Order: sequence, then structure tokens, then C-alpha cells
Amino acid sequence: MDAMEVVGAFFRDYEVINPYIPIFLITLMAAALAASILIFALIIRPNNPDPEKNSPYECGMPPLMEAHERFSIRFYLLGILFLLFDVEALFLFPWAVRYDALGLFGFIEMMLFIAILLVGYFYAWRKGALEWA
Amino acid sequence: MDMALEVAVAAIKIFIVVNVVQLVVAYMIYVERKVIAHAQLRLGPMRVGWHGLLQPIADGLKLFLKEDIVPDKADRIVFVLAPVMVLVPALVVYAVLPFSATFYITQINIGLFFVLAISSLGVFGVVMAGWASNSKYSLLGALRSAAQMLSYEIFLGFSVIGPLMLAGSLNLQEIVHAQRDVWFVFYQPVAFIVFFVAALAETNRAPFDLPEAETELVAGFHTEYSGMKFAFFFLAEYASMMVISTIGIVLFFGGWEGPDFIPLPGFVWYCLKLGAFMFVFIWLRATLPRYRYDQLMRVGWKFMFPLVMLNIFLTGFLKYLFL
Repeated sequence: MDAMEVVGAFFRDYEVINPYIPIFLITLMAAALAASILIFALIIRPNNPDPEKNSPYECGMPPLMEAHERFSIRFYLLGILFLLFDVEALFLFPWAVRYDALGLFGFIEMMLFIAILLVGYFYAWRKGALEWA
Repeated sequence: MDMALEVAVAAIKIFIVVNVVQLVVAYMIYVERKVIAHAQLRLGPMRVGWHGLLQPIADGLKLFLKEDIVPDKADRIVFVLAPVMVLVPALVVYAVLPFSATFYITQINIGLFFVLAISSLGVFGVVMAGWASNSKYSLLGALRSAAQMLSYEIFLGFSVIGPLMLAGSLNLQEIVHAQRDVWFVFYQPVAFIVFFVAALAETNRAPFDLPEAETELVAGFHTEYSGMKFAFFFLAEYASMMVISTIGIVLFFGGWEGPDFIPLPGFVWYCLKLGAFMFVFIWLRATLPRYRYDQLMRVGWKFMFPLVMLNIFLTGFLKYLFL
């Protein structure tokens, strides 16, 4: 194996390995990088804990209650809406990629699908699920 | 033997890309400070090195040496995992981005889908950070951030459908090749506007930086973070800004390909376009005031959503008629 072969391998698609293997590698390397930075910082940084310093930030006042309290229902509502419309987007991706092959049939079919979802969208609008005031 | 060679090549490429990304991020923070300073008729960092050029190194060193406070009431394991959970997906996405005709870590046939899927994992880290800190500001900031990122992820997903219909492929390299003659921004201006606004909201940038709103939420979900963990959030934010800009360049501005009459290498074109995108991001932060939360949601759900649906319909209709 000479140098040209290595340089050649650098600027072409992978021929032997699965193209997903580099993704696996980068996940490992990114996690290793994050871990090693944290460990290195752990070794060289000072550590002087203090009850005042370690209390949750509340503009200098002693913290009043637990922070895990109730919060607005709108966040749950938004979660449901997200689920609905993100699944819709999921269906649109393969359709968009194969649009030319599907032709008029695919176009009408998907417009029907979107129209049905738009009914749900306007229902949510009418019910006030999109108001944040 | 060939297999070992290719794995080694992949590892080298990943090493280069991950390190260059970190370096570029460090200098982007410097450029941002400089640009905003000059927008406000200040000088910005000037002390460390010539015109403050060594400032990012000094900042990095400071963050390394800074005490890392874990609040007593915090959930320690989740608290430490959260910044990692934000940073790792932001870096993993670089695996499929095309930097030039021949330089990329890997190309897969669902490239764009992979980018959208992995980059949206960052929201888990944000929610983990906000919940684990056990601070009211963090929790509220994390909830705001999650709601904003989820909403705008939908519009981001819908806005890329138009260019996808034109390109007919999810492979980022093939999308670039499909724009050899005309950039898709000329065919899909509406999709680009929606994409850009959604990109700003996704990366929590001004004018949509409500999750971090310094003046009301004291930095939002990372209020309790300090030292290197805080730096991770910063790194991840800028790394995902670069990812989203690259996706914008690939989908709408011809990727690493430039006009034929200016013979520059593909990588130079990519860097120029990326620089332009980054400059607009910073420019907007220097110019626009912050949105109110209900305005943000209203613009998203009541204006952008119908707009992007209309765009999909028109693209499909016109493409059926003329192409």
C-alpha cells in the first residue's frame, strides 16, 4: 500500500465499508471528546463548594420552593400538535423524493392527505390551541 | 486490509472535522463579538493578541480553569449528562455534510433526513438541563426552548419539502448536483424565507433567543451551568448554527458549487457562503430586538404553517404542469 492509495481513499466514497460506519465512529469520537474534556477539566479546576454557592440561583434570595412545580398546560398541547404535524412531515419526505415517479396520482393523493390534516389544524386554531397570550 | 484502510481514513477525517469545527466555533464567537461591537461603535476584544485575535484561546483556558458548580438540589447524573447530550448530536451531524465535491466524512442516501433527525435530538439535552438544575429559571427556559424548537422544527421540516421535490433525492451531494444550473432559492423563495426564520428559531438565535433571554430568564436552561459544561452548550449552539447554515447552503444556494465564470475550488465557495450566512446571523442579532413569546408562536403557527403548506401545493402543482 503506497501513499497514493491512502490519499486516493481520502477523496472518494467508501467502497468496502458500509457508509453508516463513519457515523457510528463519529458518535463514539464525539462522546469520547466530551468525556475527555470533562475529565480533564475535573482534574485541573479548583473545587471549593459552599452552601451559598451551591444553592439554585434566585437573584440572591434564598430559594423559596422546589423548582419542579406545575407549569402551563399549553406545553402539553404543543407536544400533541408537534406529534401530529411532525408525523405529517414524515409522510411528506418519501413522497417529495419520489414526486416525479408518482405523477398526478401522487399529487392528488398527498393534497387530500394534507387537506384532512388542515381540517385538524383549523379545528385546533378555532379551539384556541394556538393562542399563547 | 482495504476495510482497515477505509475505517482509518474515516477516523482521520472525523478527527479533522471535529477539531476544525471546534476551532471555527471558537473564532466565530470572537467574530460575533467583534461584529456586534463595531455595529455598536465599540471596539470589542482588543487586549489579547493583535486586535484580540487570541481571545478565544484565553476564553477556553478560563473555562477550563473555572470552578464547575453543581447545585446541591440538582440531579447530578442528568445534570452532567445534559451538556454532553446537547454537544454530541451537534457534532454527529457533521458526518453527512458535504464540504466539497470530494471532501466529506460519508454520504448516505437519507442525508437530509439524518441531519434533521439527529439535530433535533439536542432538545432532549435542553430539557434535561432545565429539569436537572432544579432552578425555576432553568425549568422555564428549558420549557420555552423545547416548545420553540419543537414548533419550528415542523416548519423547518415542511420548508425543505419544496427543494426536495425539485432535487428528487435526500442525498446532500445529489441535491448540490441538482443545482448545477439554477440555485433552488430562485425556484423556492418562500421555502427559503420559512427555512431561514425556522433556522433562527431552531438555533435559539436573535430575534428568537427567548430561551436565553438574559434580561428576564438569566440565560434560561443553562443558568446553573458553569465552566466546561457551560462551554459545551455554547459550542453546541454555534456548531448547530453552522450545520443549519450548511443545510441552507446545500438546499438553496448550490452547496459548494459556484458560478462557472469564477473558477474557485468548491471548498472555497463553501467557506464563502458559510461566512455570508454566519454574518447574517450575527447582523440580525445586532439589529433586531427580541420577539415576545406569544408573537413567536403566532408567527409560527398562524402564518408560517399555512404559508409553507401553500408552498408545497404550488410546487407540486407547477412542477406537474411544467417539468
